[in-house]
Amino acid sequence: MSTNITLLIVMGVLFAVGFYLLLERSLTRVLLGIVVLGNGVNLLLLSAGGRRGQAPLYEESLAAEDYTDPLPQALILTAIVITFAVTAFMLAMIYRSWVISRADVVTDDLEDLRVSQQSTFDFEEDSPVPEDTTEFDGDVDLDLVPVKKPKGKGPRA
Amino acid sequence: MIDAPLTAVSFAPLAVALPIFGAALAFILRRKRRTQATVTISILIITLCLEAWMLAMVWGGGTYSVTLGGWAPPFGISMVVDGFSAFMLVVSSIVSLAVLLYATSQGMADGDEDGPVSVFHPAYLILVAGVSNAFLAGDLFNLYVGFEILLTASYVLLTLGGTTARIRAGTTYVVVSVASSLLFLIAIGMIYAAVGTVNMADLAAKLPDISPGTQTVLHVMLLVAFGIKAAVFPLSFWLPDSYPTAPAPVTAVFAGLLTKVGVYAIIRTETLLFPGNQLSAPLMVLAGLTMLVGILGAVAQTDIKRMLSFTLTSHIGFLIFGVAVGNQLGLGATIYYVAHHIVVQTSLFLVAGLIERRAGTSNIDRLGSLAKLSPLLSLLFFIPAMNLGGIPPFSGFLGKLGLVQGGAEMGGPLAWTLVAVSLLTSLLTLLTVARVWNRAFWRKAEDAVDPDPLLLVGANGTGGGTYDIVADEPASRYSDRGNTALLPKGMLAMTAALVLVGVALTVFAGPLFEFSDQVAGELMDQSNYIEAVLGTSEGHTR
Repeated sequence: MSTNITLLIVMGVLFAVGFYLLLERSLTRVLLGIVVLGNGVNLLLLSAGGRRGQAPLYEESLAAEDYTDPLPQALILTAIVITFAVTAFMLAMIYRSWVISRADVVTDDLEDLRVSQQSTFDFEEDSPVPEDTTEFDGDVDLDLVPVKKPKGKGPRA
Repeated sequence: MIDAPLTAVSFAPLAVALPIFGAALAFILRRKRRTQATVTISILIITLCLEAWMLAMVWGGGTYSVTLGGWAPPFGISMVVDGFSAFMLVVSSIVSLAVLLYATSQGMADGDEDGPVSVFHPAYLILVAGVSNAFLAGDLFNLYVGFEILLTASYVLLTLGGTTARIRAGTTYVVVSVASSLLFLIAIGMIYAAVGTVNMADLAAKLPDISPGTQTVLHVMLLVAFGIKAAVFPLSFWLPDSYPTAPAPVTAVFAGLLTKVGVYAIIRTETLLFPGNQLSAPLMVLAGLTMLVGILGAVAQTDIKRMLSFTLTSHIGFLIFGVAVGNQLGLGATIYYVAHHIVVQTSLFLVAGLIERRAGTSNIDRLGSLAKLSPLLSLLFFIPAMNLGGIPPFSGFLGKLGLVQGGAEMGGPLAWTLVAVSLLTSLLTLLTVARVWNRAFWRKAEDAVDPDPLLLVGANGTGGGTYDIVADEPASRYSDRGNTALLPKGMLAMTAALVLVGVALTVFAGPLFEFSDQVAGELMDQSNYIEAVLGTSEGHTR
């Protein structure tokens, strides 16, 4: 299978630019990254179809390998439509984010920050059990308590 | 194949077409809320019946394919129905129907105040269509389209209402999903360049012919793309970040279905496209890390929804473990476990939604007294929670037992380590759900930190006494409602129904395990699939 080297280089550049933009914090740049990446992928699909040939309309005199492979083009068409829908949705989201907070940067998750800063001490689980708050206080018949009285303060004290 | 007799499987495309048609109809009817809900619900019921019919046909075994538009495979698009896809379709439809009824009941109880819900029903149906399409897809590109349909619908559902928190969560989710889809598309391009086909049966027949190095590259690329969707560590970071902010029914259906579609795709990759467990060892390591990291994240959370999101990613590890083990026992247990996990995780998220309504918050530090306030709610939490923790005799225990047996059958230090890790994860899961139980349900609301007035009023019967002052200031969104609006009957009923489905998975575990074992056997023999699609077990020759 032969491929077009120019297309491959362009594709590489598109991927590099796209992934770089994808890592930005500004949503608009992320969106641009997605668009650029999408086009890079389309070029990849195009190159996957092999070399250029005749239009894929049936002609008796033409051998099978002389046709251009039409399938990748169909795939690209579908991919373009999908990227289009996603781009439209993201634009709407960026606009909404702008309306709400006048910013198009991705902010940190507050709950994440809170969890990472919370103390390892948990009041309910880690606080020492108070000694004197037994619920049976008062109604314990002292005569029935086993004769452990002398060392009773041992383990619980 | 084109002149095949009309059977249940011939109607398989309707499982995708009907919901899409219904979505269009629901969109037209957006001003008439009740009609819209009726249309959506009836469409889903019809789809469920259709899928149950297909499942009945493949219950005894067999793989069937439908060729769309009469184009012979591998050129045309084919849809494949076998035990696995039919089973997944039925389970996912049951869950989505239950969640839809829950959401409708919530909408009825709340009236129109919660923003543009008119887009909910169409988006929901499109999501269901995408999920069905992914399960039925007989070629990789159609699988990609299925993923895109469900993802686009999920973007809309996740950012429903467009509040600050949801837009923020939606950003992470959308960008990560788009990146994973692009990776998937790149993998498809590479596979087409290497093999010259995207039909999965044709690929299965031809992939063994290309060089092992190229095979590994393609294999890994597919696994990375599906791994992001299935939330396998280290590609799972997006999930606990984005799920909890969505409305409860949306989170529930996402938790049930979306990651499982990724797992389904991984299972297909491992059994059909690249059989032979070449990547078994790395998958095992990842499975173990997914379990551990996920559950340790869950232990640190105080919010029930976030905690559940972490257990969700953690339990994806069990599924990957079963796939990595790769023997019939492990694979069969995985299929059973997928069904169990879809049902149980969804019901827990529905319960979390109910807790949030009843108590005004889902932060366990602020919760209390729920067992006294609403015994039914606590029962509905208790059953799936114990199920998730893997307490016998529930289905979680049976699924894990199967996975452990599969791992033991495989043997070797790695498999035994994984068995140990999975047991540890089960224990930690039990710890997290027990913590929720102790705090939210068992302790008194007075002991909680800054409890919602709703809890204090209810816990003290009439709302009089010391808490009058607190009760006079409605601090939460729901506090001005009566008790019935706090826990609408429909929402409770649908949660209960789903919990019962979970119990049914336990009760009918015998036949189900038999079925999943047989399905696993079918999956492990690719020739069934190839023959069903291409007509010969050799594949199409050029």
